[in-house]
Amino acid sequence: MTQWSGYFGLILQGALVTIELTLMGSVLALFMAFLAGMGRLSRFFVLRALATAYIEFFRGTSIFVQLFWAYFVLPFIGVSLTPLQAGVLALGLNVGAYAAEVVRGAIQSIGREQYEACTALNLGRWQGMRHVILPQALLVMLPTFGNNAIELLKATAVVSLISLTDLTFQAQVVRAQTGNTLVPFTTILIIYFILALLISWGVRSLERRMARGLDGVRA
Amino acid sequence: MPTPIIKIDAISKSFGTFKVLDGLSMQVMPGEKLALIGPSGSGKTTILRILMTLERIDGGHIQIDGEQLYHMERNGQLLPADERHLTRMRQKIGMVFQLFNLFPHKSVMDNVTLAPMLTKGTARAAAEKRAMELLEMVGMADKAKNMPAQLSGGQKQRVAIARALALSPKIMLFDEVTSALDPELVEEVMNVMRKLAAETDMTMLLVTHEMGFAHDFADRVLFFDRGKIVEEGKPDEIFRHPKQERTQGFLKKIIAAGHRV
Repeated sequence: MTQWSGYFGLILQGALVTIELTLMGSVLALFMAFLAGMGRLSRFFVLRALATAYIEFFRGTSIFVQLFWAYFVLPFIGVSLTPLQAGVLALGLNVGAYAAEVVRGAIQSIGREQYEACTALNLGRWQGMRHVILPQALLVMLPTFGNNAIELLKATAVVSLISLTDLTFQAQVVRAQTGNTLVPFTTILIIYFILALLISWGVRSLERRMARGLDGVRA
Repeated sequence: MPTPIIKIDAISKSFGTFKVLDGLSMQVMPGEKLALIGPSGSGKTTILRILMTLERIDGGHIQIDGEQLYHMERNGQLLPADERHLTRMRQKIGMVFQLFNLFPHKSVMDNVTLAPMLTKGTARAAAEKRAMELLEMVGMADKAKNMPAQLSGGQKQRVAIARALALSPKIMLFDEVTSALDPELVEEVMNVMRKLAAETDMTMLLVTHEMGFAHDFADRVLFFDRGKIVEEGKPDEIFRHPKQERTQGFLKKIIAAGHRV
Protein backbone atom coordinates (compact mmCIF):
# COMPACT_ATOMS: atom_id res chain seq x y z
CA MET A 1 0.00 0.00 0.00
CA THR A 2 2.89 2.39 0.66
CA GLN A 3 3.66 2.03 -3.00
CA TRP A 4 0.16 3.30 -3.94
CA SER A 5 0.38 6.41 -1.78
CA GLY A 6 3.41 7.49 -3.81
CA TYR A 7 1.49 6.96 -7.00
CA PHE A 8 -1.47 8.92 -5.67
CA GLY A 9 0.93 11.74 -4.89
CA LEU A 10 1.94 11.67 -8.53
CA ILE A 11 -1.67 11.84 -9.63
CA LEU A 12 -2.35 14.74 -7.25
CA GLN A 13 0.58 16.61 -8.76
CA GLY A 14 -1.06 15.98 -12.12
CA ALA A 15 -4.31 17.34 -10.75
CA LEU A 16 -2.53 20.58 -9.83
CA VAL A 17 -1.22 20.90 -13.38
CA THR A 18 -4.71 20.25 -14.74
CA ILE A 19 -6.19 22.90 -12.44
CA GLU A 20 -3.47 25.36 -13.40
CA LEU A 21 -4.12 24.73 -17.10
CA THR A 22 -7.86 25.07 -16.64
CA LEU A 23 -7.55 28.36 -14.78
CA MET A 24 -5.05 29.92 -17.16
CA GLY A 25 -6.87 28.57 -20.21
CA SER A 26 -10.15 29.96 -18.89
CA VAL A 27 -8.66 33.40 -18.39
CA LEU A 28 -7.39 33.44 -21.96
CA ALA A 29 -10.67 31.99 -23.25
CA LEU A 30 -12.66 34.63 -21.39
CA PHE A 31 -10.47 37.40 -22.79
CA MET A 32 -10.79 36.05 -26.34
CA ALA A 33 -14.53 35.52 -25.90
CA PHE A 34 -15.18 39.17 -25.09
CA LEU A 35 -12.70 40.41 -27.68
CA ALA A 36 -14.13 38.32 -30.53
CA GLY A 37 -17.74 38.32 -29.32
CA MET A 38 -17.86 42.10 -29.19
CA GLY A 39 -15.73 42.28 -32.32
CA ARG A 40 -18.51 40.47 -34.18
CA LEU A 41 -20.90 43.23 -33.17
CA SER A 42 -18.54 46.04 -34.11
CA ARG A 43 -19.53 48.82 -36.49
CA PHE A 44 -16.25 48.29 -38.30
CA PHE A 45 -16.09 45.69 -41.02
CA VAL A 46 -12.44 44.82 -40.39
CA LEU A 47 -13.08 43.99 -36.73
CA ARG A 48 -16.14 41.92 -37.63
CA ALA A 49 -14.19 40.04 -40.28
CA LEU A 50 -11.25 39.37 -37.96
CA ALA A 51 -13.52 38.16 -35.18
CA THR A 52 -15.50 35.92 -37.51
CA ALA A 53 -12.34 34.44 -39.03
CA TYR A 54 -10.95 33.66 -35.58
CA ILE A 55 -14.18 32.07 -34.37
CA GLU A 56 -14.78 29.97 -37.47
CA PHE A 57 -11.17 28.83 -37.66
CA PHE A 58 -10.81 27.73 -34.06
CA ARG A 59 -14.23 26.12 -33.90
CA GLY A 60 -13.68 24.44 -37.22
CA THR A 61 -10.37 22.73 -36.53
CA SER A 62 -9.46 20.06 -34.01
CA ILE A 63 -8.07 20.99 -30.62
CA PHE A 64 -5.48 18.20 -31.07
CA VAL A 65 -4.17 19.72 -34.26
CA GLN A 66 -4.22 23.21 -32.77
CA LEU A 67 -2.17 21.97 -29.82
CA PHE A 68 0.35 20.14 -32.01
CA TRP A 69 0.58 23.18 -34.19
CA ALA A 70 1.26 25.47 -31.23
CA TYR A 71 3.89 23.11 -29.81
CA PHE A 72 5.55 21.50 -32.85
CA VAL A 73 5.00 23.92 -35.76
CA LEU A 74 5.41 27.34 -34.16
CA PRO A 75 9.12 26.64 -33.38
CA PHE A 76 9.72 26.47 -37.14
CA ILE A 77 8.64 30.08 -37.46
CA GLY A 78 10.79 31.03 -34.51
CA VAL A 79 8.25 30.84 -31.68
CA SER A 80 9.18 28.22 -29.14
CA LEU A 81 6.65 27.65 -26.41
CA THR A 82 6.92 25.56 -23.28
CA PRO A 83 4.36 22.74 -23.11
CA LEU A 84 2.38 24.76 -20.57
CA GLN A 85 2.35 27.87 -22.77
CA ALA A 86 1.35 25.85 -25.83
CA GLY A 87 -1.38 24.11 -23.81
CA VAL A 88 -2.83 27.33 -22.42
CA LEU A 89 -2.66 28.96 -25.86
CA ALA A 90 -4.44 26.14 -27.69
CA LEU A 91 -7.06 25.59 -24.99
CA GLY A 92 -7.75 29.30 -24.47
CA LEU A 93 -8.06 30.08 -28.16
CA ASN A 94 -10.18 27.03 -28.88
CA VAL A 95 -12.67 27.44 -26.05
CA GLY A 96 -12.57 31.23 -26.47
CA ALA A 97 -13.96 30.79 -29.99
CA TYR A 98 -16.99 28.93 -28.67
CA ALA A 99 -17.45 31.36 -25.79
CA ALA A 100 -17.26 34.32 -28.20
CA GLU A 101 -20.53 33.21 -29.73
CA VAL A 102 -21.98 33.04 -26.22
CA VAL A 103 -20.93 36.64 -25.62
CA ARG A 104 -22.40 37.78 -28.91
CA GLY A 105 -25.66 35.92 -28.36
CA ALA A 106 -26.05 37.23 -24.82
CA ILE A 107 -25.45 40.83 -25.87
CA GLN A 108 -27.98 40.46 -28.67
CA SER A 109 -30.51 38.94 -26.29
CA ILE A 110 -30.79 42.19 -24.36
CA GLY A 111 -33.92 43.93 -25.55
CA ARG A 112 -33.90 46.88 -27.90
CA GLU A 113 -35.66 48.96 -25.24
CA GLN A 114 -32.54 48.89 -23.08
CA TYR A 115 -30.46 50.30 -25.94
CA GLU A 116 -33.15 52.93 -26.55
CA ALA A 117 -33.09 53.93 -22.89
CA CYS A 118 -29.33 54.40 -23.24
CA THR A 119 -29.82 56.66 -26.26
CA ALA A 120 -32.57 58.63 -24.53
CA LEU A 121 -30.23 59.14 -21.56
CA ASN A 122 -27.51 60.19 -23.97
CA LEU A 123 -25.06 57.48 -22.91
CA GLY A 124 -22.28 56.86 -25.41
CA ARG A 125 -22.08 53.48 -27.14
CA TRP A 126 -19.36 52.23 -24.84
CA GLN A 127 -20.96 53.71 -21.69
CA GLY A 128 -24.22 51.97 -22.48
CA MET A 129 -22.42 48.72 -23.20
CA ARG A 130 -20.33 48.87 -20.05
CA HIS A 131 -22.99 50.00 -17.55
CA VAL A 132 -26.27 48.75 -18.98
CA ILE A 133 -25.94 46.01 -21.59
CA LEU A 134 -22.95 43.94 -20.40
CA PRO A 135 -24.03 43.63 -16.74
CA GLN A 136 -27.33 42.17 -17.93
CA ALA A 137 -25.77 40.09 -20.69
CA LEU A 138 -23.25 38.61 -18.25
CA LEU A 139 -26.06 36.88 -16.42
CA VAL A 140 -27.20 35.32 -19.68
CA MET A 141 -23.65 34.20 -20.48
CA LEU A 142 -22.84 32.61 -17.14
CA PRO A 143 -24.58 29.21 -17.46
CA THR A 144 -23.01 28.60 -20.88
CA PHE A 145 -19.66 29.88 -19.65
CA GLY A 146 -19.93 27.14 -17.02
CA ASN A 147 -20.35 24.61 -19.82
CA ASN A 148 -17.40 26.07 -21.67
CA ALA A 149 -15.22 25.90 -18.57
CA ILE A 150 -16.08 22.23 -18.07
CA GLU A 151 -15.33 21.56 -21.73
CA LEU A 152 -12.00 23.26 -21.23
CA LEU A 153 -11.25 21.19 -18.14
CA LYS A 154 -11.90 17.99 -20.03
CA ALA A 155 -9.95 19.16 -23.05
CA THR A 156 -6.85 19.67 -20.88
CA ALA A 157 -6.31 15.91 -21.13
CA VAL A 158 -4.93 16.38 -24.63
CA VAL A 159 -1.90 18.25 -23.32
CA SER A 160 -0.54 14.95 -22.01
CA LEU A 161 0.33 14.35 -25.68
CA ILE A 162 2.91 17.15 -25.60
CA SER A 163 4.47 15.73 -22.41
CA LEU A 164 2.77 18.09 -19.99
CA THR A 165 2.43 16.21 -16.69
CA ASP A 166 -1.30 16.69 -16.15
CA LEU A 167 -3.77 14.23 -14.63
CA THR A 168 -4.00 12.04 -17.71
CA PHE A 169 -0.24 12.00 -18.23
CA GLN A 170 0.38 10.95 -14.64
CA ALA A 171 -2.25 8.24 -14.88
CA GLN A 172 -0.38 6.81 -17.89
CA VAL A 173 2.84 6.94 -15.90
CA VAL A 174 1.25 5.07 -13.01
CA ARG A 175 -0.24 2.53 -15.36
CA ALA A 176 3.12 1.97 -17.05
CA GLN A 177 4.91 1.54 -13.73
CA THR A 178 2.32 -0.60 -11.92
CA GLY A 179 0.72 -2.39 -14.81
CA ASN A 180 -2.60 -1.55 -13.19
CA THR A 181 -5.13 0.16 -15.45
CA LEU A 182 -8.22 0.18 -13.29
CA VAL A 183 -6.92 2.13 -10.32
CA PRO A 184 -5.18 5.11 -12.01
CA PHE A 185 -7.84 5.66 -14.64
CA THR A 186 -10.71 5.30 -12.21
CA THR A 187 -8.96 7.72 -9.88
CA ILE A 188 -8.54 10.41 -12.51
CA LEU A 189 -12.09 9.84 -13.75
CA ILE A 190 -13.30 10.71 -10.27
CA ILE A 191 -10.95 13.66 -9.96
CA TYR A 192 -12.09 15.13 -13.31
CA PHE A 193 -15.68 14.66 -12.21
CA ILE A 194 -15.09 16.41 -8.89
CA LEU A 195 -13.34 19.31 -10.62
CA ALA A 196 -16.24 19.64 -13.05
CA LEU A 197 -18.68 19.62 -10.14
CA LEU A 198 -16.69 22.39 -8.48
CA ILE A 199 -16.95 24.49 -11.63
CA SER A 200 -20.71 23.88 -11.89
CA TRP A 201 -21.19 24.78 -8.30
CA GLY A 202 -19.02 27.89 -8.52
CA VAL A 203 -20.78 29.18 -11.62
CA ARG A 204 -24.20 28.50 -10.17
CA SER A 205 -23.48 30.39 -6.97
CA LEU A 206 -22.06 33.26 -9.00
CA GLU A 207 -25.23 33.23 -11.06
CA ARG A 208 -27.38 33.33 -7.95
CA ARG A 209 -25.42 36.22 -6.54
CA MET A 210 -25.65 38.24 -9.77
CA ALA A 211 -29.35 37.57 -10.26
CA ARG A 212 -30.15 38.91 -6.82
CA GLY A 213 -32.66 41.74 -6.98
CA LEU A 214 -33.57 41.16 -10.63
CA ASP A 215 -36.54 38.97 -9.77
CA GLY A 216 -38.05 41.26 -7.17
CA VAL A 217 -36.81 39.25 -4.19
CA ARG A 218 -35.12 41.57 -1.75
CA ALA A 219 -31.34 41.25 -1.74
CA MET B 1 -43.10 86.47 -30.94
CA PRO B 2 -40.64 84.00 -29.40
CA THR B 3 -38.95 81.51 -31.69
CA PRO B 4 -40.17 77.92 -31.62
CA ILE B 5 -38.08 75.42 -29.64
CA ILE B 6 -39.01 72.64 -32.05
CA LYS B 7 -39.36 73.35 -35.74
CA ILE B 8 -40.21 70.38 -37.91
CA ASP B 9 -39.98 71.13 -41.57
CA ALA B 10 -41.37 68.74 -44.20
CA ILE B 11 -40.02 65.53 -42.69
CA SER B 12 -40.79 62.15 -44.13
CA LYS B 13 -40.23 58.69 -42.75
CA SER B 14 -40.98 55.25 -44.14
CA PHE B 15 -40.75 51.82 -42.60
CA GLY B 16 -40.19 49.61 -45.59
CA THR B 17 -42.89 50.54 -48.05
CA PHE B 18 -45.12 52.04 -45.37
CA LYS B 19 -44.88 55.80 -45.39
CA VAL B 20 -45.53 56.90 -41.80
CA LEU B 21 -44.77 60.59 -42.23
CA ASP B 22 -44.99 62.40 -45.51
CA GLY B 23 -43.85 65.99 -45.52
CA LEU B 24 -44.96 66.77 -41.99
CA SER B 25 -44.32 70.25 -40.63
CA MET B 26 -45.10 71.56 -37.17
CA GLN B 27 -43.76 73.91 -34.54
CA VAL B 28 -43.69 73.89 -30.78
CA MET B 29 -43.15 76.98 -28.64
CA PRO B 30 -40.92 76.95 -25.55
CA GLY B 31 -42.84 75.81 -22.51
CA GLU B 32 -45.76 74.56 -24.55
CA LYS B 33 -47.56 71.39 -23.46
CA LEU B 34 -48.62 69.49 -26.53
CA ALA B 35 -50.82 66.43 -26.75
CA LEU B 36 -50.59 64.24 -29.86
CA ILE B 37 -53.67 62.10 -30.35
CA GLY B 38 -54.94 59.92 -33.13
CA PRO B 39 -55.42 56.31 -34.19
CA SER B 40 -52.63 53.73 -33.97
CA GLY B 41 -50.20 53.95 -36.84
CA SER B 42 -50.90 57.62 -37.41
CA GLY B 43 -47.27 58.52 -36.76
CA LYS B 44 -47.50 60.22 -33.37
CA THR B 45 -45.04 57.92 -31.62
CA THR B 46 -42.74 58.04 -34.64
CA ILE B 47 -42.48 61.81 -34.24
CA LEU B 48 -41.33 61.43 -30.63
CA ARG B 49 -38.88 58.68 -31.60
CA ILE B 50 -37.46 60.85 -34.36
CA LEU B 51 -37.01 63.77 -31.95
CA MET B 52 -35.16 61.41 -29.55
CA THR B 53 -32.97 60.21 -32.46
CA LEU B 54 -34.26 56.66 -32.08
CA GLU B 55 -35.40 56.75 -35.70
CA ARG B 56 -33.79 58.67 -38.53
CA ILE B 57 -35.72 60.80 -41.00
CA ASP B 58 -35.66 60.09 -44.72
CA GLY B 59 -36.07 63.74 -45.66
CA GLY B 60 -36.74 67.20 -44.29
CA HIS B 61 -35.25 69.19 -41.43
CA ILE B 62 -35.72 69.49 -37.70
CA GLN B 63 -34.56 72.42 -35.63
CA ILE B 64 -34.28 72.10 -31.89
CA ASP B 65 -33.62 75.21 -29.84
CA GLY B 66 -32.30 77.03 -32.90
CA GLU B 67 -30.00 74.24 -34.07
CA GLN B 68 -30.39 71.55 -36.70
CA LEU B 69 -30.95 68.12 -35.13
CA TYR B 70 -29.90 65.85 -37.99
CA HIS B 71 -27.65 68.27 -39.79
CA MET B 72 -24.54 70.25 -38.95
CA GLU B 73 -23.77 73.61 -40.43
CA ARG B 74 -20.26 73.74 -41.82
CA ASN B 75 -19.25 76.78 -43.89
CA GLY B 76 -22.83 77.52 -44.73
CA GLN B 77 -23.51 73.95 -45.82
CA LEU B 78 -25.76 71.44 -44.15
CA LEU B 79 -24.04 68.11 -43.58
CA PRO B 80 -25.49 64.97 -41.98
CA ALA B 81 -24.99 65.08 -38.22
CA ASP B 82 -22.24 62.94 -36.72
CA GLU B 83 -22.47 61.15 -33.39
CA ARG B 84 -20.86 64.06 -31.54
CA HIS B 85 -23.43 66.50 -32.84
CA LEU B 86 -26.27 64.13 -31.94
CA THR B 87 -24.84 63.65 -28.45
CA ARG B 88 -24.83 67.40 -27.93
CA MET B 89 -28.37 67.77 -29.28
CA ARG B 90 -29.71 64.92 -27.15
CA GLN B 91 -28.83 66.89 -24.03
CA LYS B 92 -31.82 69.08 -24.77
CA ILE B 93 -34.28 66.19 -24.96
CA GLY B 94 -35.54 63.55 -22.56
CA MET B 95 -37.99 60.73 -23.12
CA VAL B 96 -40.24 58.50 -21.04
CA PHE B 97 -41.29 55.22 -22.62
CA GLN B 98 -44.48 53.20 -22.62
CA LEU B 99 -42.69 50.23 -21.04
CA PHE B 100 -40.56 52.34 -18.65
CA ASN B 101 -37.25 50.81 -19.87
CA LEU B 102 -35.69 50.99 -16.43
CA PHE B 103 -32.36 49.24 -15.96
CA PRO B 104 -33.37 46.07 -14.10
CA HIS B 105 -29.92 45.47 -12.59
CA LYS B 106 -29.72 48.87 -10.97
CA SER B 107 -31.51 50.22 -7.93
CA VAL B 108 -34.00 53.05 -8.27
CA MET B 109 -31.33 55.49 -7.09
CA ASP B 110 -28.72 54.18 -9.53
CA ASN B 111 -31.21 54.32 -12.39
CA VAL B 112 -31.60 58.02 -11.75
CA THR B 113 -27.95 58.89 -11.08
CA LEU B 114 -26.29 56.83 -13.83
CA ALA B 115 -26.73 59.22 -16.75
CA PRO B 116 -25.86 62.48 -14.92
CA MET B 117 -22.70 60.87 -13.55
CA LEU B 118 -21.64 59.43 -16.90
CA THR B 119 -22.71 62.14 -19.32
CA LYS B 120 -22.28 65.26 -17.25
CA GLY B 121 -19.55 64.13 -14.90
CA THR B 122 -21.71 64.96 -11.89
CA ALA B 123 -20.13 63.76 -8.64
CA ARG B 124 -21.98 60.90 -6.96
CA ALA B 125 -22.97 62.94 -3.91
CA ALA B 126 -24.43 65.73 -6.02
CA ALA B 127 -26.16 63.30 -8.37
CA GLU B 128 -27.72 61.46 -5.43
CA LYS B 129 -28.89 64.67 -3.81
CA ARG B 130 -30.57 65.76 -7.03
CA ALA B 131 -31.99 62.25 -7.52
CA MET B 132 -33.53 62.34 -4.05
CA GLU B 133 -35.23 65.66 -4.85
CA LEU B 134 -36.65 64.21 -8.05
CA LEU B 135 -37.72 60.97 -6.39
CA GLU B 136 -39.36 63.08 -3.71
CA MET B 137 -41.22 64.97 -6.39
CA VAL B 138 -42.56 61.78 -8.01
CA GLY B 139 -43.31 60.28 -4.61
CA MET B 140 -40.70 57.54 -4.82
CA ALA B 141 -38.09 58.72 -2.31
CA ASP B 142 -38.84 55.85 0.07
CA LYS B 143 -38.09 53.31 -2.67
CA ALA B 144 -34.69 54.72 -3.62
CA LYS B 145 -32.88 51.56 -2.56
CA ASN B 146 -35.34 49.14 -4.18
CA MET B 147 -34.78 47.28 -7.40
CA PRO B 148 -37.15 47.94 -10.33
CA ALA B 149 -38.57 44.40 -10.14
CA GLN B 150 -39.96 45.22 -6.70
CA LEU B 151 -42.04 48.11 -7.98
CA SER B 152 -45.50 48.30 -9.51
CA GLY B 153 -45.89 49.59 -13.04
CA GLY B 154 -46.98 53.01 -11.85
CA GLN B 155 -44.01 53.23 -9.52
CA LYS B 156 -41.64 52.18 -12.31
CA GLN B 157 -43.02 54.84 -14.57
CA ARG B 158 -42.61 57.51 -11.90
CA VAL B 159 -38.98 56.45 -11.47
CA ALA B 160 -38.53 56.61 -15.25
CA ILE B 161 -39.87 60.17 -15.20
CA ALA B 162 -37.41 61.12 -12.44
CA ARG B 163 -34.61 59.45 -14.42
CA ALA B 164 -35.36 61.50 -17.52
CA LEU B 165 -35.66 64.71 -15.47
CA ALA B 166 -32.27 64.14 -13.86
CA LEU B 167 -30.59 65.33 -17.06
CA SER B 168 -32.63 68.58 -16.96
CA PRO B 169 -33.74 68.48 -20.59
CA LYS B 170 -35.52 71.44 -22.13
CA ILE B 171 -37.94 69.16 -23.92
CA MET B 172 -39.64 66.09 -22.48
CA LEU B 173 -41.28 63.45 -24.63
CA PHE B 174 -43.90 61.15 -23.10
CA ASP B 175 -44.72 58.15 -25.27
CA GLU B 176 -48.00 56.56 -24.13
CA VAL B 177 -46.64 56.52 -20.61
CA THR B 178 -49.82 55.19 -19.02
CA SER B 179 -51.01 52.69 -21.61
CA ALA B 180 -49.06 49.74 -20.16
CA LEU B 181 -50.39 50.36 -16.65
CA ASP B 182 -53.19 48.69 -14.76
CA PRO B 183 -56.15 51.10 -14.65
CA GLU B 184 -55.81 51.79 -10.93
CA LEU B 185 -52.16 52.85 -11.41
CA VAL B 186 -52.79 55.31 -14.24
CA GLU B 187 -53.88 58.13 -11.96
CA GLU B 188 -50.67 58.24 -9.87
CA VAL B 189 -48.56 58.71 -12.99
CA MET B 190 -50.90 61.34 -14.37
CA ASN B 191 -50.79 63.25 -11.11
CA VAL B 192 -47.02 63.40 -11.27
CA MET B 193 -47.21 64.70 -14.81
CA ARG B 194 -49.85 67.28 -13.97
CA LYS B 195 -47.62 68.55 -11.20
CA LEU B 196 -44.67 68.60 -13.54
CA ALA B 197 -46.60 70.52 -16.17
CA ALA B 198 -47.75 73.06 -13.59
CA GLU B 199 -44.40 73.54 -11.88
CA THR B 200 -41.91 73.64 -14.72
CA ASP B 201 -41.51 75.60 -17.92
CA MET B 202 -40.25 72.53 -19.78
CA THR B 203 -41.64 71.94 -23.23
CA MET B 204 -43.60 68.71 -23.21
CA LEU B 205 -44.92 66.48 -25.96
CA LEU B 206 -47.38 63.84 -24.92
CA VAL B 207 -48.62 60.94 -27.02
CA THR B 208 -51.64 59.46 -25.31
CA HIS B 209 -54.93 57.62 -25.66
CA GLU B 210 -56.24 59.14 -22.43
CA MET B 211 -58.34 61.94 -23.83
CA GLY B 212 -59.34 63.33 -20.45
CA PHE B 213 -55.72 63.59 -19.48
CA ALA B 214 -54.76 65.17 -22.79
CA HIS B 215 -57.51 67.71 -22.21
CA ASP B 216 -56.23 68.71 -18.74
CA PHE B 217 -52.57 68.51 -19.56
CA ALA B 218 -52.16 70.19 -22.90
CA ASP B 219 -52.17 73.79 -24.09
CA ARG B 220 -52.66 72.53 -27.61
CA VAL B 221 -53.90 69.25 -29.06
CA LEU B 222 -52.87 67.84 -32.43
CA PHE B 223 -55.03 65.19 -34.02
CA PHE B 224 -53.02 62.93 -36.34
CA ASP B 225 -54.23 60.59 -39.00
CA ARG B 226 -52.06 58.81 -41.55
CA GLY B 227 -49.00 60.88 -40.79
CA LYS B 228 -50.72 64.23 -41.16
CA ILE B 229 -52.11 66.77 -38.73
CA VAL B 230 -55.81 66.70 -39.46
CA GLU B 231 -56.82 69.23 -36.86
CA GLU B 232 -55.21 71.21 -34.09
CA GLY B 233 -56.37 73.62 -31.46
CA LYS B 234 -57.01 74.26 -27.81
CA PRO B 235 -58.18 71.16 -25.90
CA ASP B 236 -61.72 72.51 -25.61
CA GLU B 237 -61.95 73.14 -29.33
CA ILE B 238 -60.70 69.67 -30.27
CA PHE B 239 -62.59 67.69 -27.66
CA ARG B 240 -65.83 69.67 -27.44
CA HIS B 241 -66.17 71.09 -30.93
CA PRO B 242 -64.04 69.13 -33.40
CA LYS B 243 -64.45 70.54 -36.87
CA GLN B 244 -63.08 67.71 -38.98
CA GLU B 245 -65.09 64.59 -39.61
CA ARG B 246 -62.11 62.33 -38.95
CA THR B 247 -61.55 63.92 -35.55
CA GLN B 248 -65.21 63.53 -34.69
CA GLY B 249 -65.17 59.90 -35.80
CA PHE B 250 -62.04 59.14 -33.79
CA LEU B 251 -63.37 60.76 -30.62
CA LYS B 252 -66.67 58.92 -30.98
CA LYS B 253 -64.87 55.62 -31.23
CA ILE B 254 -62.75 56.43 -28.21
CA ILE B 255 -65.80 57.35 -26.15
CA ALA B 256 -67.61 54.22 -27.32
CA ALA B 257 -64.60 52.23 -26.11
CA GLY B 258 -65.26 53.61 -22.63
CA HIS B 259 -62.63 56.31 -22.38
CA ARG B 260 -63.53 59.43 -20.52
CA VAL B 261 -63.26 62.75 -22.33
